[in-house]
Parts: sequence; C-alpha cells; structure tokens
Amino acid sequence: MTNQTPPPDNADDGTPAEYAGSTAATTSSAAIDPHVSTHRAEPIPDPGLPEHTWRPTDVDPRAEKRAERQVAAMFGAAMLCSVLFVVAYFTFDIGDNWDTVAGLGASTVTLGLTLGMALLLIGIGIIHWARKLMSDHELVEMRHPAASPPEDREATVAALNAGLDESGIGRRPLIRNTMIGAVGFLGLPAVVALRDLAPGDVLDIDRLAHTIWEPGMRLVRDVVGTPILASEMEMGDLINAAPEALFPSEENGYPELHGVEEQVEKAKGAIIIVRMNPDDITPAEGREKWTVDGIICYSKICTHVGCPISLYERTTHHVLCPCHQSTFDLADSAKVVFGPAARPLPQLPLAVDEEGYLVAQSDFTEPIGASYWEREKHEQQLQD
Amino acid sequence: MSSSSRIDTSKVATTNGTTAATASKPGRAGSLASWADERLGLGTAMKKNLRKVFPDHWSFMLGEIALWSFVVLLLTGVFLTLWFNPSMGHVTYEGSYDQLRGIGMSESMASTLHISFDVRGGLLMRQMHHWAAMIFIASMMVHLLRVYFTGAHRKPRELNWVIGCLLLLLGTLEGFTGYSLPDDLLSGTGVRAADGFLKATPVVGTYMSFMLFGGEFPGEAVIPRLYIIHVLLIPGILLALIAAHMLLLVYHKHTQWPGPGRTEQNVVGFPMLPVYAAKAGGFFFMVFGVIAIMGGLLTINPVWKFGPYDPTKVTAGSQPDWYMGWPDGLLRIIPSNWETVLFGYTISWNVMIPILIVPPLMLVLLMLLPFIEGWITGDKREHHLLQRPRNAPTRTAVMVALMTFYGLAWAAGGNDIIAIKLDLSINQITYFMRVAIFLGPVLAFWITRRWCISLQRHDNEKLLHGYETGIITRSPDGQYSERHLPISGTAAYTLTARDRDEVLSVDGGRDAAGVPAPNSRSEKVRAKLSSWMFSHNVQKPTAGELEEAHHHAQHEAELQSGLDQPVDGHQFDDHRQRDADQVPLRDH
Repeated sequence: MTNQTPPPDNADDGTPAEYAGSTAATTSSAAIDPHVSTHRAEPIPDPGLPEHTWRPTDVDPRAEKRAERQVAAMFGAAMLCSVLFVVAYFTFDIGDNWDTVAGLGASTVTLGLTLGMALLLIGIGIIHWARKLMSDHELVEMRHPAASPPEDREATVAALNAGLDESGIGRRPLIRNTMIGAVGFLGLPAVVALRDLAPGDVLDIDRLAHTIWEPGMRLVRDVVGTPILASEMEMGDLINAAPEALFPSEENGYPELHGVEEQVEKAKGAIIIVRMNPDDITPAEGREKWTVDGIICYSKICTHVGCPISLYERTTHHVLCPCHQSTFDLADSAKVVFGPAARPLPQLPLAVDEEGYLVAQSDFTEPIGASYWEREKHEQQLQD
Repeated sequence: MSSSSRIDTSKVATTNGTTAATASKPGRAGSLASWADERLGLGTAMKKNLRKVFPDHWSFMLGEIALWSFVVLLLTGVFLTLWFNPSMGHVTYEGSYDQLRGIGMSESMASTLHISFDVRGGLLMRQMHHWAAMIFIASMMVHLLRVYFTGAHRKPRELNWVIGCLLLLLGTLEGFTGYSLPDDLLSGTGVRAADGFLKATPVVGTYMSFMLFGGEFPGEAVIPRLYIIHVLLIPGILLALIAAHMLLLVYHKHTQWPGPGRTEQNVVGFPMLPVYAAKAGGFFFMVFGVIAIMGGLLTINPVWKFGPYDPTKVTAGSQPDWYMGWPDGLLRIIPSNWETVLFGYTISWNVMIPILIVPPLMLVLLMLLPFIEGWITGDKREHHLLQRPRNAPTRTAVMVALMTFYGLAWAAGGNDIIAIKLDLSINQITYFMRVAIFLGPVLAFWITRRWCISLQRHDNEKLLHGYETGIITRSPDGQYSERHLPISGTAAYTLTARDRDEVLSVDGGRDAAGVPAPNSRSEKVRAKLSSWMFSHNVQKPTAGELEEAHHHAQHEAELQSGLDQPVDGHQFDDHRQRDADQVPLRDH
C-alpha cells in the first residue's frame, strides 16, 4: 500500500498522533495491550489506511470558489428567513381563521416554515463548509485501556486505606454504628414530611367506599341536570346520568359543592341508565327489585382502571370501555364478557318517586371504579 | 503540537487557512486563550480534546439526534413556561377559540388554549415541543438498537449502556408528565388510568394515589405536582445523566467500524475542531430546523378538539402517546377476571402484570444484557471495533425477539384502531395477540438467527469465491456459468476483521482426585449458553482455505479466459487499478 511509518513517540499521550493517507499510520509497532483483542488481522493482514484522495474543491479553484459561494448563499438565505419570520409575526393575525392554511393558521405555518428554513440553511451551510472546504485528512489517535495504570490504582487504594485507617472507622464500631443509625434515622423525617401531600383526613381512604348517592336522590341528565321520568325512557335508550346533588338548587335543597369536592363526586357518581326488555334481564340474587320496568342503572366508571365506559351495543346489551375494551353485559349484572376487567360494574338500585322520576334506593353497595388493596374490606363493610 | 506540522494542507482550500492549527503567532484567539488559561487552567485538558478524533458513520448520528432534540425541548419548553399556568383552578374560557368560549375548564387547559390561539408562535412552540419529545424518545430507541446490534455495549461501555437505559426510562416518564399537563379530555383519561395503576400497587397503592392527587382523584394537586416533576426534577436528572453519558463517550473514545488501518488500539476519523464541531453543530441546526418545520405544518395533540377534562367523559380511540403504547397493549390483552382476594385484600393481577411487573422487568433485562453476554462469553477484553449484526447471530436474534415482543404489545395497544381501520373484530385481534405475544418472539429469534448465519455464509463465499459479476460465459461444450471475481483487498480485509468465536467448554468439572470443582454447575450452564450462543456461527476462513480458494479461482480463470498467463479478471469490469501517477479523485 503506502509507505508505512511507525507512529511517533507522542502516540499515546492523547494528542492526534498521525495523519492518515499520504503519511499512513499503522499500529503494527504500537504497544499491544493484553486487555484488548488483537487477533483480527488474520487471515488477511491489515493493509493499512488507504491513501488520502483530494477532493475537487482541493485541486480545482473554481470548485472551491463555487463551494464557498454556496455556503455563503445558504447563510444569506438563512438571514432572509429570519427577517421573513419577523414579517410573518407582525403580518398574520392569530385567533381568527386559525385553521385556514394547512389546517393551521397562516401565522403558525409561516412562522414554522421561516424559522425552520433559517435553522436548516445554517445547518446545511455549516456541514457543506465542513465537507467541501475544511481539511478532510483523517487523523489517527491511539486508545488507552479504560482502567487507570496499576500504580495509580495502588496509590489510590493506599490513600483510601490511609484515610480510613486515620479516621479509625474500623476500630471504633460504636461510632460507626451510631453514625449509620443517625443517618438512617434521617429517613424518618424525609418520609414523614411527605405525609401532608394528602393532609389530615384527606388521606382517609375509606372515602373510596362511598359516593354521593343516597336513598331517594334523583338521577339527572349529566349535562343539563334535569331529572328523568321513568315513563319517558324508550326501550333501548341509554342515558348518561349524574346524581342530582351535583346540580344544587333552591328547589332540590342540596348544598353547594366546592371545586375539588364537586370533581371528586362527579368522578365517582357517574352512571349509565339503560332500558331493555324486562325479560332479557337476568337479575342477580337479591337484586330482583333494583330495576324499574326494565330500566337498569350501573356505575359508569370501569372497574379496570377507571375510564368512563361509553360504547353501548343495543342488541347485545353489551357496553364497552374505550380505553382497554373491557366489555360488560348489562342484562346480566354487568358481568365481564371480554377484556381485562375483573369485576362487574357496580349496580345502583333504582326506584321511582311519587312524581314518577327515577331515584336511587341507596348508595352503591360496593366501591366503584378501579380495584385497590383495601377494596374487599370496603365491600364487606358496605354489605354488613 | 509537533504533529501539526505534518499536515499536508498544500492543496486544501485557501479559505480554510493553513495557519490555524500551528498557532505560529499568538493572535487574538491566542491571547484570549492565555487570559482564560491563567484563571481556569483548561490548557491541559483542551490540548487533548480540541483535536480529539471522532470516527464517522451515519449510524453514529442517531444518538446525536436524541441529544439535539433534547436541547430543542429545553428551549421550546422554557418558552411555554412563560405562559403556561399549571393550576387546576376552575375558570371560564374567554379566549379566541370560538368553540370553547364560555366553557368551564381548569386554568392549565385555559392557558394551553391561550398559548395556542392568543400567543403568536405559541402553537408553533407547543407543536415543536411535542414533536421534539417524540423524536427524542424515538431516536434514543433507535440509538439503543444501533449500539446493541453492533456490539458497542460490550466492555468497557456497559455502564454507559445502563445510563442510556435510564435515559430512555426518564424520557418516557418525562413524556407522560408532559402530555398530562394541558388537562384536556385525552390526557385526563390517561391520568385517571395512571390512578388505577397506582391503586393496583399492593399494600401502599391506595395511599400513593391519595398522596399524588392530594386526596381522592382528581383533586386539584396533580397538575402542579406533575408540572414541577416535568420542568425541574426529571430534566435535572436527565441533564446530569446526559452529561455522564457524554463524558464516558469522550473518555472511552467512540467505537469505530473495522477497516484497513482501523484497529482495536486506535481511532481514525476527523478532529473535533474544526470538522466534527462543524458537523455536529451544523447537525444541531438541522434537527432544530426539521422540528420547526414539523411544528409549523403538522398538527400534534390538538387539545382544543378534545375539550377540557371531565371525569364522566371519554372519547373512543383514547390512546397514550406512542411510547407508552406497549404497556397499554399488554394491559388490553390480559384475559378477564385476573384478580385475587388474599386475606381480605385485593390483588389486581390484571393491572400489576402488564404495568407494574413486566415493564420494569423488561427494563432490568435491557440493562443487564451486556453483563449477561459478558458472563456467557467470559470475555474480559475491551472492544472498540464494532461488529456487524450478522456476526453475532444469537445476540442479534435476542434483540429482534425483544423488538417483536415490543412491537406486538404496541400493536395490541392500538387494537381498537386496527379493528376499525381494517374492519376486523377487536375480540379476534385480542385473542390473536394473546398467543402471538409468546410465539412471535420465538419465531423472530429463530428466523433472525438463521438469517444471520446465511449472511455469514454469504460473506465467506465472497471471500473464497469472489463476488457475482453477472457475466455469463459459455464453455465450448455449451455449459453456462457465471463468472466470480475476487473482491478487493480492502473489502476482503474488512470482512475478515472480526474475532473467531470461541465456545466455552467444561472439562468434566473435576480435579485429578475426582472432586467436582466449585461452581462447576454454573460453569456447565455457562458452557451450555456459550454453545447455544456461538456453536452455530460461521467462522471466517483460515489463511489456508483462502489460499486454496484463490489458487482454484486463478486456475479457473486461466481455463476460462483461454490465456496462458494468469489474469486478475478485472478486464471484465470497472474495478481496474488506477494508474499510480494519475491524481486520484473521490467520486463526489
């Protein structure tokens, strides 16, 4: 191949040792490290680095000038794009007609394009400069084992031992152990200080067992809050409903709810009401009187991880959770017929009040929503 | 520097200057450098690093994409914080977006809409931030695959591999906390599912949920808490780990592909200053530019279409961002009713397995891969030359099996979309996935390994019999054959520049007195694994085999060409040696 010269003396101090190409370097005489695999140069010996070849821009002044102009043109165009960004910023309004251009506003599109082009042109310009005009000689640098030299390691171990010895940590177990204990005990303040992430009785997990439903509370439509007459539900209807207490008024006398409380009760109290042929319903034991003329009501919150279920198939009485496709058979106590959920949707016992509106007989008889560690205990408490 | 005087810059473009590296006169840069050095003493470190050599290959750019998209995330993220209000306080939206005006929502949703419709460039920055996050995670994953497939995770880089895995984990969590912030219907659904995951944790789960949410779901604490995790806690750790990742990269020096003159002891490439600094710096602007154009043209996470979060509502097709898709897929294909009650406590296997057990297990497995491989091979040497995936068939097949598992789980996470788009039954897709998630990886492993071994055979054919020229010759008695010609010496060397695999063997595990050696059981396991890993591999030809093949080929060539002296065969193709005195020019 090319003339091969041994690497210079400074090869292993980390400075670039040698230029590849016209003065090709090989490692044949470099110190062989036993930790590094070496037997690659068989069955064919290493031919050494290939000769460096000149680029057109190295030998042709016209090509060089052209590349120079190309780079400068890109930088110039980048400047223009930045100016256009400013123009676009002050020219195009946002707010109105925000989706007129490419589904987005003229402002967003032009700002994105001008900023993007300014950045791209700078980037391409710099790389073009590097590829065409900067020296393209490859360098050879020697590697070192990742480990420190043995003498350094020994010195470090010696220093460590000296330090430990002088501290007496090995000879004074009383001090050592109490210190470990003292630092370990700091874990207590660290953990306990986080207790008030849910302050006071906000941490009362028994709240999960109850919702805002209570005997006689009306079922109301979830957006407008109007009560539902049992007689106005058609066969096959599904109504997304909520407890009336979430729509307090002077008429119904429920107290005003605060922001957080309202959200929490909304999240737990959501229900779906469907009406089907009473003959289709297979009532579970003890739930024979929980329905009104084929009107049946379940928690809307999936027992898997708590998404609101929503997709109802009238002919099969199946309802599907769009998050993970748990499917419940509403005609058969909302048992799981498909998907990852493990428990049926809790059923809300229904009745009709004297005006003919749907009301709850009681709260749910089991916790609603996703499972949790203490769930079974809560269910036992509710049923006792 | 002594070596600098050796640069042959005689023909390099004059715009490049010939004096820069020699610093013959202390110019303005020189005096600035002395001023700084007298105070910071950086000279010694800079001496080595300013001209540090980095090898060049397109695949080394993948990690760079991740790095630069992280910078874009920091820049666009800071812009967004100037207007974003991470509060769950209830307000009525009164901004520019007609369809939601007068609707009640949280302040965080309202300020997200404000950024999108009332801050010029705000929607651009929001979309850039989200696109950059996707690119950040995607490029980390592809970078991880590149590192593994080429064996760059081997000693001494195992710890950097572990850091990389942690970066991937943190990037994913950062993504989740980020897309949960706007408090729109889609992200709120995700947060509620996350609440379900927390509650499925044994013993402490319910309390963890109450503490994160400041009480029962949804409370009003979770968005501010996720916000500070998203903008301070995780980015801080990410920055520290990225710094460590880069420092180790510099310390180990980058791996390189084998080739003439490229050995385990050296690194061949361009110096940091000027070429690599220019290429990497230019590449930053390119990544930034592409993300800006994507942000300007491609809608992402249009929260205004989803509306504010309402715990009683959900949309069909609700899905997390794609990188959270695979645990979600596992969650979907778990069979019904996997829940047990033990001593009166509820254990939700249906949530724990896909979310709390398998993903952490996969992460630990990923982090352990280099250590497992190192233990099986017993290889304590440093490795700086990369391997082609085909030359480590078992390793390649292991990763392809993992990718298949990931891909199937990910597809299962889109089972509803697949069912709708392809008009299939969602139940059947789910049943299929329940089986495929176990069979798919096994099949993928087997196919990949055989495929790699075939490719190894093909390499050996090229070495021994040359490449297929496409030239068909007809012998006097009418037989047709394709002419093979030897590959170039450079190509041949590059193909053979790899280790021969050694299969570990155990010699009975007993000493002379018949006493079994300690650890002999684990040694036997190791030997078995080593044989499983390597025994099918094709080894490169020996010098003798090569010699014999070349003699044979030469003889053939003589016969076929009807000449009485050996020919190199290149009279049929373009691979003729150039004249030595001709100025060699590169093709581009």
